[in-house]
Amino acid sequence: MERALELRVVEKAAASEGVVTLTLARPDGGRLPDWAPGAHVDLILPNGDTRQYSLCGDRWDAHTYRVGVLREPAGRGGSAYVHDELRPGDLVGVGGPRNNFPLVPGERYLFVAGGIGITPLLPMIRQADLLGADWTLVYGGRTRASMAFLAELEAYGERVHVVPQDEFGLIDLPRWLAEPDPATKVYCCGPGPLLDAVERGCSGWPEHALRTERFVAREQGAPARSAPFDVELARTGRTVTVTPDVSVLDAVGRAGVEVLSSCRQGTCGTCETDVLDGIPDHRDSILDDAERAAGDCMFVCVSRSLGDRLVLDL
Amino acid sequence: MTTATIPATGIDPFSPEVLADPLPFQAWLRDAGSVVHLATHDVYAFARYEQVHAALVDWQGLQSAAGVGLSNFRFEKPWRPPSLLLEADPPRHDAPRRVLSGILGPRALRRLRERWFADAERLVDELLDGPDEFDAVPALAEAFPLRVFPDAVGLGPDGRENLLPYGNHLFNAFGPPNALVEAGNGRAAELAAWVGAQCTRDALSGDGFGAAIWAASDRGEITPEQAPMIVRSLLSAGVDTTVHGIAAVLHAFATHPEQWRRLRERPDLARVAFDEAVRWQSPVQTFFRTATRDVEIGGTVIPDGSKILMFLGAANRDPRRWTEPDAFDLARDPSGHVGFGMGLHQCVGQHVARLEAEALVTALAARVSSIEQVGDGERHLNNTLRAWASLPLRVHRA
Repeated sequence: MERALELRVVEKAAASEGVVTLTLARPDGGRLPDWAPGAHVDLILPNGDTRQYSLCGDRWDAHTYRVGVLREPAGRGGSAYVHDELRPGDLVGVGGPRNNFPLVPGERYLFVAGGIGITPLLPMIRQADLLGADWTLVYGGRTRASMAFLAELEAYGERVHVVPQDEFGLIDLPRWLAEPDPATKVYCCGPGPLLDAVERGCSGWPEHALRTERFVAREQGAPARSAPFDVELARTGRTVTVTPDVSVLDAVGRAGVEVLSSCRQGTCGTCETDVLDGIPDHRDSILDDAERAAGDCMFVCVSRSLGDRLVLDL
Repeated sequence: MTTATIPATGIDPFSPEVLADPLPFQAWLRDAGSVVHLATHDVYAFARYEQVHAALVDWQGLQSAAGVGLSNFRFEKPWRPPSLLLEADPPRHDAPRRVLSGILGPRALRRLRERWFADAERLVDELLDGPDEFDAVPALAEAFPLRVFPDAVGLGPDGRENLLPYGNHLFNAFGPPNALVEAGNGRAAELAAWVGAQCTRDALSGDGFGAAIWAASDRGEITPEQAPMIVRSLLSAGVDTTVHGIAAVLHAFATHPEQWRRLRERPDLARVAFDEAVRWQSPVQTFFRTATRDVEIGGTVIPDGSKILMFLGAANRDPRRWTEPDAFDLARDPSGHVGFGMGLHQCVGQHVARLEAEALVTALAARVSSIEQVGDGERHLNNTLRAWASLPLRVHRA
């Protein structure tokens, strides 16, 4: 494992009008880092764009990831690149996976999906089903033709309620949310207005009943660097240049500064290093968004630098 | 290959002779093949790093939920309700693991660092006020974890002497029902009842790991039924393991004076020293997995439902992976050792253990110029753990 994961697109398929799925695998066919429903990865596209996509494949297959990508005309080109340029066989950088939207235990689940917001909910549904929970999916979209994964969802029969707007209008949230139930967890992912409406609808529900992930097309401001950067080791005063083909961990190791590590995938936390100056490019699966923004520590087995220089407490 | 064609042995890895000195048998296992059949228990053994690592990370093919001991929960009733972490796989494993990872993660432990370093300095000062010769097992290896960890969990003051015997029996129970298990059976129910009683919200202080687990249940991240079981996991896996890990690093330095000198020159090597000692001694020697389907590993198909025994200690000394594996060497990078396991089930308390060991080793390095082992010491036999009953040391104050 060197630097962030570089994965090959092994399959690209149309999932609906405006949605393609990408299946990604390691070029050497090895195991990918583990993930759980609700997790997303950073996709670092060959054109330099970085976008986040929920994993919607099968975690019992350790060798592939699947993501669903909606073409967003208003976006800055990341999704257009995936739809128009990316081909099977191409390599993409992948950071993570990270999970800010975990599936918590519940006797019953109400899943509410809007459009491409179905993606994180797909693996959740499978797990709820495996665990024998009582669950319902209400899935809204513009038209049946625009809604991805309907064929996959058919297997679940009457637990799935498909609500294309051109046939039925918007999801009838009061119907689904009228009766607060302490044994039900409500999971919602989709566009902002749907989330706002669900949050309003759950205002009378027990605290922590509702869990949401805002599906915003977050394009990270700074592109991932392909240029080398310098890492200054504050305790020794030495500076090491990190080239794109090598991890920070290995680069400082070659300079004689051993940082204890274990997983080399950004999952275990052993190689945590304090950042004294510079802005890390976080590629780990550990920090939450607030901790990432603080920028005061990084996991040097996978994370890198956004700028020309990082100063580490080594 | 089938069991008929892979190497086999009639030696029992849980016999007193092997437990007392496991290294020759482990070397034989590694050299015999990538997979070896253990006829005494009809299980498959992996002793090479490559296969042990592959088995540890493959939770899909090799489950923990059928037990990580010899007993196969598919066919036998566990002696205690299964652990929500150690004896579970996704999806049930997800929520408990996520909660505990957060509570025991390096970010959360920062607030304990100063306190534990001060506690270690006090303990070492007290010890050095006494004779130059002492038994490091009770005086350091047991004393320090028992001083800091139960407080960090939030246990009450009474009954803490039950923690070590409970853990000892638990780790014996992963092996076959031999004399070691029989010796512990008499108190097992009483100890399990005591541990269970410590896991309720009322029994725990409001500011420890235990309270944090209960708080996670208030937020719905785990269920109230899961909370005491997750506290139990802390008490089961968090004491004996750390005690024997600290004993291992003390034994390592007491038998490698040049490494102690190197640590004194570079005290920041304390963390590496602990991991190198965990690699070199492997306090947790073995764990089992169970095949969920016919799984091919090392060119052998392991049939669905079979138990496999992973020799972590053997993998940590595999010359195919490590240069001079029998040497305890602070110049080595021990990263990637499997003494804490690997993958989804990797020791969730590893950062706690590292912090405890780093605090104690740092305090010793500042105050002790040399450490010698007095005699051979006495091993404590356990079906899973490599441990010391007695480790007499002589120190010279700096």
